[in-house]
Amino acid sequence: MSKKTPASLASFALIECTERIPCDPCVRACPRGAITKKSVTSPPELDSKKCTGCGQCIALCPGLAIFVVKANYSKDQALVMLPYEMLPLPSVGEKVQILDINGNAVGEGRVVNVRKDRNFTNIVSLSVRKDVAQSIRSFRVIK
Amino acid sequence: MSELEIRIRNHPVVKFEKNDPFTFRFEGQEIIAYRGETIGAALHAAGITTLGESRIRHRPQGLFCMIGDCSSCLMKVDRTSNIRVCTTLAKPGIFVERQSDQGELGGMDMHEIEHDKIEAEVAVVGTGPAGLKSALCAADLGAEVAVVDQNPLLGGQLIKQTHKFFGDEELYAGSRGPEIAKMLDTELRKRRVTRVIQSRVIGSFPGKKHVLGVLMENSRFIELQTDRVVVATGASENMLSFPNWDLPGVFAAGGVQTMMNVYGVRPGNRALMIGSGNVGLIVAYQMLQAGIEVEMILEAAPRVGGYEVHAAKLRRLGVPILTSHSIVRAVGRDHVQGAIVARLDEKSRPIFQTEKHLDVDLICIAVGMSPCSELLLQSGCESRFMSELGGHVALYDENMETSVKGIYVAGDAAGIEEASSAMMEGEIAGASAASSLGLETEDAEKRILKARNKLVQIRKGPFSRKAKDAKERIFRMSKEIRER
Repeated sequence: MSKKTPASLASFALIECTERIPCDPCVRACPRGAITKKSVTSPPELDSKKCTGCGQCIALCPGLAIFVVKANYSKDQALVMLPYEMLPLPSVGEKVQILDINGNAVGEGRVVNVRKDRNFTNIVSLSVRKDVAQSIRSFRVIK
Repeated sequence: MSELEIRIRNHPVVKFEKNDPFTFRFEGQEIIAYRGETIGAALHAAGITTLGESRIRHRPQGLFCMIGDCSSCLMKVDRTSNIRVCTTLAKPGIFVERQSDQGELGGMDMHEIEHDKIEAEVAVVGTGPAGLKSALCAADLGAEVAVVDQNPLLGGQLIKQTHKFFGDEELYAGSRGPEIAKMLDTELRKRRVTRVIQSRVIGSFPGKKHVLGVLMENSRFIELQTDRVVVATGASENMLSFPNWDLPGVFAAGGVQTMMNVYGVRPGNRALMIGSGNVGLIVAYQMLQAGIEVEMILEAAPRVGGYEVHAAKLRRLGVPILTSHSIVRAVGRDHVQGAIVARLDEKSRPIFQTEKHLDVDLICIAVGMSPCSELLLQSGCESRFMSELGGHVALYDENMETSVKGIYVAGDAAGIEEASSAMMEGEIAGASAASSLGLETEDAEKRILKARNKLVQIRKGPFSRKAKDAKERIFRMSKEIRER
């Protein structure tokens, strides 16, 4: 991500859903209409110009396949918002081990926010190193 | 495992209400159970995993399917043999014993069994998504409906499917299974529908009036007379044969799901999952939520069977999914104490040098399901073996009516698919049954067309292709038979 990227473009949802699953809550989740599907079985498409990275779609995706990255959270840190349905839930300020797509630990992150969802898919926001931000998919609470 | 470890106290998604504890007797032991718990779940929570032994080799047997489909948990309850304790509610003061023979009718005098009659216009067997939808639809159209289910709770397997469902708004997308079951149950209560639960249909006698023989709570016999029958009996999980497959601790994946998500009881502490279809992947994830370690998931095929999104949820939590791998044997004498697994060669034979011992106490089998077609076959419905649909299925037309007039089928019993298509088939079967009675035929026709359109939409994806094609073949075969 270059320094010239406007702040609005530096927050975006990553949707990892490519398999034509008959499903559409993400479309209804987005308050800005940034997510569209041609039919109920076609993969979702994101209009990154409309996406503000609000994260409404994260807890509503039944496949837990949406993540939000805010690339310019601070000078050297990015913010990653993840769906999390395990116990224990970490507390704000807590350090956690950050995990990539294969569950490999790639460093530590700090919990910035925990948004509890009434349907039990909580959204955990982590402050992480910029260079790994896009590859973080989960975390492990450090015992 | 101690009692404390076996019962789940904290869960990220499910709140377990453990109310009104009471005791019953298992041989010389006093067992604590809670309201709504089955004998099987309570025994397991007390650490009793051997529920009986096989008749000839006297090998220990335990829980497997947890939904009343298999025969692995037959016990004697108050001297009545062959009680499936997985679906039989525990009651204060009952006396439960292990059974090592085929049982006798000692506790049950056939002449003394109470015999009641119930009448209905549409009888629905099974209250999963297909059954509930067809009952609701037929009731909406004015039919007098009775639903029968062998389980203590309505909802079929929805009650254990604690993940959020795919689909669209009409199909309850984003809601979790127990929530959907509750919504459908609430709808059913708003209508005058006779509910016959904890009751197993053990005979079907088609005729001008169809008669279903129903055994209620293992003790009362009911003759259910009905004009139309919708068979929505769902599916049973397939077994995989390997040495020691019958040991307690080898569970059907769905059995594990029932145990942990419905009863809040952990079936084990460290698990191996066999099969990476959606059931295997979803149950593995839910085991993590229940505090069970998942050692790995094995898939015999060279690629993962289920949706990538489900596999991704496990991979990012560090659970390995090994393709071209399977179990060689389970290890243990009275209970699973481990598993030997290996890589498979291109002919699906285990490669000896790759064998590995896993320290697990739970082996979950998720290798597909077979439609529960027994009632349909007993009723004389024309059937075919269709491997794409999981096994023997009755033939049916586009209204879901079988070759026996007045008998309909919907959901997994009509061929394995998933909950949203089951609901739509249920809608079609319920509407067709009501319409054939001359009730609200116009309205019924509209509902049928709407449901058919929905089926077309949700079956557009590549994952539905096989089932869709097979079901279209069934329509054609059904037509040929009628024209003959």
